[in-house]
Amino acid sequence: MCQTCGCTVTAGNAQLAAGDPGAGPGATTTVTVLKDLLAANDEAAQHNRTHFDEHGVLAINLMSSPGAGKTTLLEATIRALRDRYRIAVIEGDLETDNDTVRIRAQGVPAVQITTGTACHLDAHLVHRALHDLPLAGLDLLFIENVGNLVCPASFDLGQHRNVVLLCTTEGDDKPAKYPVMFRAADLVVLSKADLLEVLEDFDPARATAALRALGRDTPIIRTAARRAPRLEDWLAWLEEQLSAPRALAALRPLETGPTVHV
Amino acid sequence: MHELSICQALIDEVARIATHHDARAVGRITIEVGPLSGVEPELLARAFEIARIGTCAAEAQLSIAVPGIMVRCSDCGVSSRAEPNRLLCASCGGYRTQVLEGNELRLRGVELDVPEEQPSAVH
Repeated sequence: MCQTCGCTVTAGNAQLAAGDPGAGPGATTTVTVLKDLLAANDEAAQHNRTHFDEHGVLAINLMSSPGAGKTTLLEATIRALRDRYRIAVIEGDLETDNDTVRIRAQGVPAVQITTGTACHLDAHLVHRALHDLPLAGLDLLFIENVGNLVCPASFDLGQHRNVVLLCTTEGDDKPAKYPVMFRAADLVVLSKADLLEVLEDFDPARATAALRALGRDTPIIRTAARRAPRLEDWLAWLEEQLSAPRALAALRPLETGPTVHV
Repeated sequence: MHELSICQALIDEVARIATHHDARAVGRITIEVGPLSGVEPELLARAFEIARIGTCAAEAQLSIAVPGIMVRCSDCGVSSRAEPNRLLCASCGGYRTQVLEGNELRLRGVELDVPEEQPSAVH
């Protein structure tokens, strides 16, 4: 007995599900749908975006592999901007609130989403976290996604911009290996760029070429957040986004044409 | 492994449609999964076997159509086939391209077993 939708599939009528015409009165009909599988997530994401827009908050979804330096970049960013902008962070991790503790130590509000086994944040999880944030008093919200170059790319959270970190300790062919993620980026950040001088294998030109091969002219900038900090380009990009009219930037652009909803 | 989340969303939608049409059972579910959707069809098929248990789609079969990738060049206007990590124009080599096909992640149709008094073709 189905507990979800009220239709009943039992041993007595299961063969109907396989389309056996002789199994009893009734007919098999095909319903044409053409609906995006993530429509429920996308609706929740749009709802989040409306919340952000109503409060004049710029929301940035930060994605990368684990260990690429998302939290460290955020710590340095908060130190640089906290006197001029009201910032908050939503932290997504499978376990622990270690990153939230680090962000709060910078004097800004942070909410932890612990996903358990889930490898990505979705719009519903973010919406729940928004209830714990003083949106009305914010200018800038960072959503630090779960460290993962695969799954987060498929879920719109309601953000205005996607930023993907490509760490110099990773291969410079990451955009070719993870095309869906890098295609979603509005900005690619080469993090830990201070290590380039000792990492002979990483060629920024090759990383750029791999990104261009994805049909994207996404800007690429370099950052360093610890030794010899280098944040100018990143902060300039952020300031530009904060002052620009916030064009709604859905994660997955509807390049395939309109979706018919039933 | 976000394929399980996708399957749950799929089954929620199928359940909604089945209820809407007073269906007694769900037969074949057809979906489209483009190579640029970020979803792996084989993993999705395996996740479906788990996600469908105890739902109205418990006996349903999942058909996955995988379209190719087609891009249109914004510079020269030519449409051409492409690979997931090489979405360049096949004609001029330009990178300012728009993906026409390949992003799909959608439910195309559902076969439902409906009582006789229901109209036979529902859209």
